[in-house]
Amino acid sequence: MNAFSALLRRDLRLGFRQGIDALVVVLFFLAAGALFPFALGPEPQLLARIAAGIVMAMAALASLLSLDRLFATDLEDGSLDALALSPLSLELVALAKVLSHWLMTGLPLLVAAPVLGLLLNLPTALYPILLLSLLAVTPALSLLGGLGAALTLGARRGGLLLAFVILPLFIPILILGMGAVSASAQGTSPATALELLLALDLACLALVPWAMAMALRQVLR
Amino acid sequence: MHRFANPGRFLRLATRIQPWLKGLTALGFALGLYLALWGSPPDYQQGETVRIMYIHVPAAWMALLAYLILGLASASALIWRHPLADIAAEAISPVGAAFTLLALITGSLWGKPMWGTYWVWDARLTSFLLLFFLYLGHMALLGAFDDRGRGRRSAAVLALVGLINLPIIKFSVDWWNTLHQPASIVRMNGPSIDPSMLWPLFTLAATFHLFLLAVLIERMRTLLLEARLRNQRLAAFDQLQPGSRA
Repeated sequence: MNAFSALLRRDLRLGFRQGIDALVVVLFFLAAGALFPFALGPEPQLLARIAAGIVMAMAALASLLSLDRLFATDLEDGSLDALALSPLSLELVALAKVLSHWLMTGLPLLVAAPVLGLLLNLPTALYPILLLSLLAVTPALSLLGGLGAALTLGARRGGLLLAFVILPLFIPILILGMGAVSASAQGTSPATALELLLALDLACLALVPWAMAMALRQVLR
Repeated sequence: MHRFANPGRFLRLATRIQPWLKGLTALGFALGLYLALWGSPPDYQQGETVRIMYIHVPAAWMALLAYLILGLASASALIWRHPLADIAAEAISPVGAAFTLLALITGSLWGKPMWGTYWVWDARLTSFLLLFFLYLGHMALLGAFDDRGRGRRSAAVLALVGLINLPIIKFSVDWWNTLHQPASIVRMNGPSIDPSMLWPLFTLAATFHLFLLAVLIERMRTLLLEARLRNQRLAAFDQLQPGSRA
């Protein structure tokens, strides 16, 4: 566990020492979301109806941004080989990487989501459920995204390929996340969608680290 | 299964059964298409457009079956390192993608007169589009690495992750109340389709199975021969300049 937290601390420190780079995800999230009022016209009713969906979809796109460097820098400078030789199992290395990705993108996105909601005229009643839903959506995005990063590590045009491979897998997560929000908007209970989302989170948490470790072993051979 | 692990034995067997398989497929298509286009009545509600079903339904079945084969081949490639499983996975995914596209296109052509629209974001349609993207992702990953083995194993992991989509597609019409009609052929209390329409459908479905098998074996044969050619070329190069390739 010591090695796990050491790896996590190292990744977080590396992330924050990059300065503006740590903020790029949030800036992209806000800027891309702000495109919609320009593309669709700034009518408040229209924006209010689609604001939650835009926030959710932009969160999915923004979490793709830093994924292609999740393992790439470690592979280039050889740290990945050192990590593979360390007493920490590769499954836990993968989990630490996913956790640091969530802490550096998922969590900031949660903080920035109300700001984007404000810009897009999101109805006040929907803020709590949107944040709750995002809280359940972002871990699954980080886990599946981490799997995509491990699978495409070392590929030609890694970043584009990663987006193409992983976006279809994001669709069920978005459907469930928006299911919770729209159930709440129609006055029914969002519990079913949230429970399914949590089940998806747990299933990913149980399975993805093994699949990632399997993919990483292929790289290290 | 391991009896056929030897590519040479597989190639000999494939060469022997391939002409029969292709002949049977051609016969099946002739009979099935005749039954579907002339030998069956138009639907009392849908009129002549019901004939799209005879292609649409078997194509959709083949799209799912091909993914099942892809998933099983990927699993046996990862678990047992079965040498032909890698080849089978690489061979089947473009075929499955083609069937998925065929099902999507025929479905959308059928949807226009029946539902009044080419496309709706209905659960069955969306999950099928997802299947198409999974096939394309598999093909993209296969070719994305300089090391072919690396691409195959990454693609196999992706194929296994995508297997979750299969039950979702199958039961999407039962779980969600959608525009796409529920299953009407494989049901507990018998099919809800008239026998005069079942016969052409079953003939074409059987033919599509044969066709899938024939194309799969042909593509596997081609991939194996390509690998053999590559090895022979490298060996010939070694003989010309011994020791030049460390």
